[in-house]
Amino acid sequence: MTVQPFEELVDDHGPVVMRVIRVLLGPAEAEDAWSETFLAAFEAYPRLRPDSNIGACLVTIAHHKAIDQLRSRRRAAVPSAELPDRIADDGCVGDGDADLWAALEGLPFKQRGAVAYHHIGGLRYAEVGELIDSTEVAARRSAADGIAALRRIYRRGAP
Amino acid sequence: MSTANRAVVDLVEARGQFDPATAERLRARLIAEAEEQHLLDVAYRIVESPVGPLLLAATTEGLLRVAFDCEDHDAVFGVLARRVSSRILWAPARLDEAARQLDAYFARTRRSFDLPVDLRLAAGFHRTVLGCLPGIAYGTTQTYSTIAATAGSPAAVRAVGSACANNPVPLVVPCHRVVRSDGTIGQYRGGTEAKQALLDLEAS
Repeated sequence: MTVQPFEELVDDHGPVVMRVIRVLLGPAEAEDAWSETFLAAFEAYPRLRPDSNIGACLVTIAHHKAIDQLRSRRRAAVPSAELPDRIADDGCVGDGDADLWAALEGLPFKQRGAVAYHHIGGLRYAEVGELIDSTEVAARRSAADGIAALRRIYRRGAP
Repeated sequence: MSTANRAVVDLVEARGQFDPATAERLRARLIAEAEEQHLLDVAYRIVESPVGPLLLAATTEGLLRVAFDCEDHDAVFGVLARRVSSRILWAPARLDEAARQLDAYFARTRRSFDLPVDLRLAAGFHRTVLGCLPGIAYGTTQTYSTIAATAGSPAAVRAVGSACANNPVPLVVPCHRVVRSDGTIGQYRGGTEAKQALLDLEAS
């Protein structure tokens, strides 16, 4: 039996999981969900079957953690004078990120999820469908609609 | 996928990239939270030494394993996963004190180890044998047959050899001080060269 020490999984899959979560939640709150995802995966590690697709498992856990955060965000959505600065120190490279995150946040969750799980996370559309409660065909449609919407928004914003 | 669509995905990917500082912070946070929630069953790190890199692993009870470079680390992790837990994580802080004492031992400023040791990887007579070894003074040796007698089974010389060969925490439990009655040094988990180097270090 060969067992990878867990940090090897973190090194191998951490960056992809972070990209998926950033698409789902935006950069400001992604670190909490990322940490919760890997802590939950570490807890479950002894029960993981050796033949399982670890990347897909991690994306699935990330999906649940992101849903949890979106739910608590909705519950906490009361007007406040002290909104956190969501742009500062988000650890991202490049400029003009705010437009992209705003565009993503404007998408329906199914579209954002389909783009994140398929295009970033590498899940097959059948697996994406299970996560966003759609059929395979509908998941494919959601991803295409999401990409098309991002292109429209981006073209409008870009010179 | 069309080029324009690909460009959008590439953009999302690039913006989601995390930098090394973030990765480092998240790694530290995972270790801290795993420890806090009692999930960090086996912490490990690798330290350098004059007998080559050493893999050190510990449970919350104490030092669980010291493995030489010549041991297959995949196999070491496999045994730890099967016998203890697969929740194995590179988490050096738990091994700080062990690393300090080993450094001091190799610098010849420390002659015995004062560390909690978790001997769950040894059982029965093997464990009894390991319990006798810290009694062999620094810089001296005893024979396999003497240790067999000390452990209460004078005939069990071969079993003493196998207890030493399978000592999960060599160096800290000094099985390198057990030698053959014919004057040769005998086998060692880290190789006979390492055994000789340790005996030379303690003799100088």
